[in-house]
Amino acid sequence: MTVHAVRNLRRASQVVFFLVFFWLVLKTTFEVDFNPSELSEIRLPYPVSIALEFDPLVGLVTLLASGTLYKGLLWSLAVLIPTIFLGRFFCGWVCPLGSLNHWISGIRSERRSRRGKKLLESNRYKKYQRIKYYVFFFCLGAALFGSLQAGLLDPLPLLARSIGTAVLPALHSAGLAVASFATGTGIAPIGAVGQGLYDLLSVTLLPFRQAHFHGIVLISLVFVTILVLNRVFTRFWCRGICPLGAMLGIFSRFAIFGLHKDDKACNECNRCLLACQGADNPNVGSQWRQSECHLCLNCQAACPEGALAFKFFPNKVSTKTNPAGTSRVDASRRKLVASFIGGLTAVPLFRAGDTHEAKRSPFVVRPPGSLPEDDFLGRCIRCGQCMRVCPNNALHPTLLESGLEGLWTPFLIAKIGYCEPTCTLCGQVCPTGAISELTLSQKVGDEETPPNRIGTAFLDRGRCLPWAMATPCIVCEEWCPTSPKAIYLREEIAVDRQGNEVSVARPHVDPALCTGCGACEYACPVYDRKAIYVTSVGESRSETNQILLERQRT
Amino acid sequence: MERREFIKKTGPAVALAAVTGTTGFVFHNREIARRSAVVTKTADFEIPHDPALPILASATNSNPVAALHAALDGIGGIGRFVHAGETVVIKPNVGWDRTPAQGANTSPVLVSEMVRFCLAAGAAQVTVTDVSCNDPRRSFLRSGIREAGEAAGARVVLPSPEDFVEVDLGGVVLTRWPVLRHFIEADRLINMPVVKQHSLTRCTVGMKNLYGILGGRRNRLHQEIDQSIVDLATFVRPTLTVVDATRVMVRSGPQGGSLDDISIEDTVICSTDQVAADARAVEFLGLGGRQVGHISLAARSGLGSLDYRNAGYREVAS
Repeated sequence: MTVHAVRNLRRASQVVFFLVFFWLVLKTTFEVDFNPSELSEIRLPYPVSIALEFDPLVGLVTLLASGTLYKGLLWSLAVLIPTIFLGRFFCGWVCPLGSLNHWISGIRSERRSRRGKKLLESNRYKKYQRIKYYVFFFCLGAALFGSLQAGLLDPLPLLARSIGTAVLPALHSAGLAVASFATGTGIAPIGAVGQGLYDLLSVTLLPFRQAHFHGIVLISLVFVTILVLNRVFTRFWCRGICPLGAMLGIFSRFAIFGLHKDDKACNECNRCLLACQGADNPNVGSQWRQSECHLCLNCQAACPEGALAFKFFPNKVSTKTNPAGTSRVDASRRKLVASFIGGLTAVPLFRAGDTHEAKRSPFVVRPPGSLPEDDFLGRCIRCGQCMRVCPNNALHPTLLESGLEGLWTPFLIAKIGYCEPTCTLCGQVCPTGAISELTLSQKVGDEETPPNRIGTAFLDRGRCLPWAMATPCIVCEEWCPTSPKAIYLREEIAVDRQGNEVSVARPHVDPALCTGCGACEYACPVYDRKAIYVTSVGESRSETNQILLERQRT
Repeated sequence: MERREFIKKTGPAVALAAVTGTTGFVFHNREIARRSAVVTKTADFEIPHDPALPILASATNSNPVAALHAALDGIGGIGRFVHAGETVVIKPNVGWDRTPAQGANTSPVLVSEMVRFCLAAGAAQVTVTDVSCNDPRRSFLRSGIREAGEAAGARVVLPSPEDFVEVDLGGVVLTRWPVLRHFIEADRLINMPVVKQHSLTRCTVGMKNLYGILGGRRNRLHQEIDQSIVDLATFVRPTLTVVDATRVMVRSGPQGGSLDDISIEDTVICSTDQVAADARAVEFLGLGGRQVGHISLAARSGLGSLDYRNAGYREVAS
């Protein structure tokens, strides 16, 4: 097989893995025509988070933070072990964010700055490429002290989060806006085209209904910035920031596969450099860097003289004009240690802050089955899969509600959607076990087990219609899904403005029965600020965040 | 500067200023453009009264399908309600994410049998739909109604936001409201409620089931619930009401959740009179039609007869 054929194989591999990844995120939803084998317990037909389970960085940091390699994360060895022998093939052949960066870098620009000599210079190894190792070591330090910050920058969770909570919902509203504008013109053909476009989107990409997510502007900004930076440096993110790339670079230390340079054949045309993705110095005369190379094979394919070849056991003897490649990572040990310590110290700093324990927002209601907060923060990679799969659009990424440490972790906004009592989808898709997988009886409870509780509902008597305005309304009680209902009514006498005594049924919450699902808050007709609302107190996962002395916990 | 040169140099600026100014004045103080129009429409699907036939037939049988057959025969058979070539929409209660045994939704067995009846009578298309309270995907799936409806040959529609049209319902409290378009587009409407306790209206049967044709923020309607139900029942006049009283939810309505909330009654009621159907069905909850605010208000508004026993009633033993 010629190098050109192998390069085409690499291109095909990038497309296939990208599509698989995208398809899995797309399928992380409860589809209308889906037929589970059992009515009572709904399970997704595909292992939609499997791509995230192949992520060695997720495997490593969750192992450090929690001491176990959760469920499917063993798959990450399928990436890591070949990397030990071959180098960063994952970055060049598999990584969906890497491929996206690759393609965007390759779009021809109208600006000339990135062509010819300037492009050539920008593709030489640069010192900024060390940053990713410091990022990686920071993440390791934080993970060792139980805080998972790797998920913010790890490319697979990052891409899943960006597509799932930002790109697809934005596409949905864009489609609706186009259709609405087109029909609004009143011109039939334009209306038909607009509607047709939306219908096409609907059947291919969009979920059953428009999803809305809290504060996704920041998620979108990070994602767009990563993509735009490709216009400045080819694959800037992969070269400079990506902690997974850094991890794989370090694991390539003893690789037996690499670039062999024949300095006699080379005529120094530098075409290899022009095509280089990783900025790893493929040209004869510079030192090739194993830890930076994505194994994209562009250099070998570009070389007109046949001076470059990837092979097993490449020549490691330096000559005067041609230094041998190195598999050492070019990062100072001192700075790596400093980054690691930085990660370690960040955790106590985060947790000494008032948002961690002393004054965590009462509205951070975690998904059902979530681990206790400290363990949760040691597992959650913020991939957003739980948010995307939630049929009620109830789960949202936090901004600062759970502190800077908990950025983009899931929480329930009952006003937008409540937790469906019989639904266990978020635990099913969580790749790291931050949300543990519940069975139906663990979720709703049975004779032996109490139900899983995520919080408790409270009435705001100053806003509740029967309490404040002597007006009938029992919607919260109607929607309360427990049996017997946690919200009960009591006929009470209220005095209206004219001084008449009127009898109204007033809702009360029984905290011993309330599971905190938020159906009452969702259904309450006092729209802007609900007259009944859920806070996290009473959640099953916490030993301390409790009200009732005798309430049984799961 | 010469005149010609002056005109040349100022011309573009003057032209742009003229266009800008004109645009401002032309659009000054117009109404804000609205994209949705309000539809004024009635949804009267009733058939003419036949004095030879009862207005209500009730049948009890441990086999719900047999009970439905008997009750429908007792009121004149499907041929009276559905004719060849007509489109039919069936409105079961698919409000909640509950299984058939929990009795919060209409029995899927009855829905599929009703679909078969309509198709056998020559219906061009039978649509089964409802505006669920819980997520419609889960509600239609776990109630078994999606599968039952599709298996019987119906088109089961899970409403999406684009399926609603603004309709002027012309009621006392219910005026402009989004209505699921399938309910006003069909030729025949068969309402298939289930009997449940409800803490505000005391019961959910046929007329209350019509809430499920509405979209929007219908939880506001609870403030004047009796009048809004009657408004709705005045606007929507079903061809036939088929009450599923096989598993009656006697407490924790309208969702239930526990089998303890269910009383097995094995009864199916068919009626051309919404008020009579509700009045008969609430007896399973230990109530009379007069004790239920919206049923007596509906009777007073002339929507039907509370006193169904005198208006033509047939109890079918089977």
